[in-house]
Amino acid sequence: MPERKAPERVNDFTLKLANVNGTGSASANGLLMKSFFRMGIPVAGKNYFPSNIQGLPTWYEIRVSRDGYRARSGRVDLMVAMNAQTYARDLADVSPGGYLLYDSTWPRSHVLSRDDVTVLGVPFAQLCNEAFDGVRTRILMKNMVYVGTLAALLDIDMAVLEQLAQDNFGKRPGLAEANMKAIMMGWDYARANLVCPLPFTVKAMNETGGMVMMDGNTTAGLGCVYAGATVGAWYPITPSTSLMDAYRSFCTRFRADPETHERRYCVIQAEDELAAIGMVLGASWAGARAFTPTSGPGISLMSEFIGFGYFTEIPAVIFDVQRVGPSTGLPTRTQQGDILLAAYASHGDTRHPVLFPADPTECFDMAVQAFDLAERLQTPVFVLSDLDIGMNDWMCKAPAWDDSYVPDRGKVLGAAELERIEKFRRYADVDGDGIPWRSLPGVHPKGAYFTRGSGHNEAAGYTEDAADYERLMDRLTRKFATAATLVPAPVLQKADKKASLGLVSVGSCDDAVLEARDRLQSEGIRSDYLRIRAFPFNEDVQAFLDAHERIFVIEQNRDGQLRTLLINECDVDGRRLESILHYDGLPMAATPLAAQVRERLAKGAAA
Amino acid sequence: MTYITKPKVEHPGLVQNALGLSRRDYEGALSTLCAGCGHDSVTAAIVQACWELSLPPHRMVKLSGIGCSSKTPAYFVSQAHGINTVHGRMPSVATGAAAANRNLNYLGVSGDGDSLSIGLGQFCHVMRRNVRMLYIIENNGVYGLTKGQFSASADIGSKAKKGEINMQPPIDPVLTALAAGATFVARSFSGDKAQLVPLIKAGLAHEGFALIDVLSPCVTFNDHEDSTKSYAFTRQFYHPAVHTDFVAPAEEIQAGYEQGDAMEVELHDGSHLALRRVEADYDPTNRDGAFVRIHERMQAGEWLTGLLYVETGRQDMHGLNQSVAAPLATLPFKDLCPGAATLERTLARYR
Repeated sequence: MPERKAPERVNDFTLKLANVNGTGSASANGLLMKSFFRMGIPVAGKNYFPSNIQGLPTWYEIRVSRDGYRARSGRVDLMVAMNAQTYARDLADVSPGGYLLYDSTWPRSHVLSRDDVTVLGVPFAQLCNEAFDGVRTRILMKNMVYVGTLAALLDIDMAVLEQLAQDNFGKRPGLAEANMKAIMMGWDYARANLVCPLPFTVKAMNETGGMVMMDGNTTAGLGCVYAGATVGAWYPITPSTSLMDAYRSFCTRFRADPETHERRYCVIQAEDELAAIGMVLGASWAGARAFTPTSGPGISLMSEFIGFGYFTEIPAVIFDVQRVGPSTGLPTRTQQGDILLAAYASHGDTRHPVLFPADPTECFDMAVQAFDLAERLQTPVFVLSDLDIGMNDWMCKAPAWDDSYVPDRGKVLGAAELERIEKFRRYADVDGDGIPWRSLPGVHPKGAYFTRGSGHNEAAGYTEDAADYERLMDRLTRKFATAATLVPAPVLQKADKKASLGLVSVGSCDDAVLEARDRLQSEGIRSDYLRIRAFPFNEDVQAFLDAHERIFVIEQNRDGQLRTLLINECDVDGRRLESILHYDGLPMAATPLAAQVRERLAKGAAA
Repeated sequence: MTYITKPKVEHPGLVQNALGLSRRDYEGALSTLCAGCGHDSVTAAIVQACWELSLPPHRMVKLSGIGCSSKTPAYFVSQAHGINTVHGRMPSVATGAAAANRNLNYLGVSGDGDSLSIGLGQFCHVMRRNVRMLYIIENNGVYGLTKGQFSASADIGSKAKKGEINMQPPIDPVLTALAAGATFVARSFSGDKAQLVPLIKAGLAHEGFALIDVLSPCVTFNDHEDSTKSYAFTRQFYHPAVHTDFVAPAEEIQAGYEQGDAMEVELHDGSHLALRRVEADYDPTNRDGAFVRIHERMQAGEWLTGLLYVETGRQDMHGLNQSVAAPLATLPFKDLCPGAATLERTLARYR
């Protein structure tokens, strides 16, 4: 057995699993991650999968972090190399002093070796061929065998694994037992033939209480159910599709009459995104809470209707689970590339409220807030998530619900109110906040009006009058100013002492920023951190920009879209805002981010 | 132009419908279309049909896309809610609105440009979903608002006002509707109010998607010689297949049709369609037969008109969705939100 050892570490390492997609590795990897979570240890998982159904390489990265960091670490302490196709690349990916576990049923090339990596072989295929019948079963069980081997190498609690196998496979007779048998095979082999445990191991903690492991599309879909949304229209597109799957699945449980099976919801798979947003606007116009999940290409197609919704003042909730663009781009990779697109979607003068969740818990909360804002402001509202948040399982605070919640349906006149007023004026600014009163079809004859994308006056009548048009546009500007007072405020984290450096970031960058900031702080680099949670920016954002000499705007796109938006919408000299960017399609990691900050500061000092 | 309010003068002698409303109560703003436009005749037929059906005006929803035809919802039933959407995409807004509130009467007005080019996809899909609505295409073979380009319904050999001859085959909305699975397909002519009014009434009563393609000549850009959608051409080659009478549930059927010529179709709400075959062997319940006959007549340069196909009993969008009877938009919040205790239980599997 090799003697070289990595430093002894408990609950602080990164595991990467290289698989072939379509071989059932996802459920094994999920089981593995959940076992750490059930042992009370903070954990983060990232799935790097191809736009493909079967046969291409896929990786799953699991970071175990006793300090609770959820970003990518940027290291690989143990590689599980189950894909011969990518073996060379996977070996190269291991951090110095790390380990590589591979299937020793077949010999590997001697050319492929590294002095600073310990290679461990287990004949996974051979073990499965001897123990199981059927090609498919053997392929599936191979994954469970490596789970068992890892349990021995990392000291995973076998009782936890057994319970998980029961939870995951218990519904089908014999399946939990077969999986457990495979796990034990891997465990036994490792105990007999490898040095166990490795220098990095897990040990039970108590740090995951009140937490769940969920992805943001599931929590957003759940949020739509809790917000009372009844109409969902969408066109399938990665990485947003699972949001509607989740909504539909929760509705099947909570919104269908157990006896008659009658549904209190309607999900429509549209012919394209052009239609999906039309359906949402139609449903909202008729008084339902309606939403559509999509990704960047869908927003491009929806843009004309989004402008129509802005101008006619119809609520809509649009989830944009961002991916790399343009066009197909990298459909299974993450990016924050739609910030400007969402903020200004459509032709003519248009601006839209945008919410930026940073994790699945916030996807749930912001789904509900988005409906309240859309109806209060009578306008399309975006929730800008991304593939990392939407499709990866995150350890996050369990979504919570307050039964005293009352949906904010905004300024809607009912039949009795319409009866009382002399004349309904759909687009009049009665209250001075830029938000007019609306009526719903079918409620009262006095509420009837003709909604039109053409120029309209306060009574909703057709007009091409210059003064009328200008008045309408100015009122919409006032409405957007009102929006800034209603959207979620940014989260401010101040340094222990006064800091002249400010970090501004958004969405899924948050965990990498928090960790990098801690590390920099320990090196004496102090910074205040503002995480923006919504557009339009409120006065806290302006105050933060005013209070810092130097500001780094950290985001996941090439062109610094958040920075552009800040310069455009706030009163700030653009030279004080410096972009720190990450745009390779993978979630942001803390180590390279901290390095970028150091480098930038060094450059600034030299100048 | 400005928004013109039509003076509402109530003559005591005006005939009232079951709601105590006169025809004037179903009118809208003054039309701004060209004098003699076929679309204004369709508007008049809609007013007449809605009045005869005694529809409560505020329970109606008028929808349109973009184009001359799509301006017309402003010209009828001013007490109905209306929405003038974007080009070619009225069907999706109608679908969403109908999903939210199934208890309103939906009437969409579109044109051949709006439905057969930019909106062809949505036009087909609203039919295959069988959204309950009446969809009227005011078909003139030409783009009027942009001054005279051919539309996708222009016939081969049809000559534009500036002399250009169309060489591409037309997309016919009626044949398209039959292919896409529409459950009520009719064709009429803006100049034939006697045929059009009962068709509109029947279309509004139909529990599913109803299409009426109305040949509606454009007096400004497509009413010249060599146009196949002119008044003169349409009048000459107009060929009714079936004459339709709509009989409301409360009324007696008095149509004294000859045995063999007449047939009745009962609609879901108990009303009847009394159909008189002008072509002796035409069967408007046979989709394949309708397709063949319409196509034959088109080859001969004739427009077969009337209720060309009807199918009752097919489930509409809400039937297929198994929606509750009450409109989704009016369900109380407590019936929609599962509450904190359920959330706690639901999250157990993610722990």
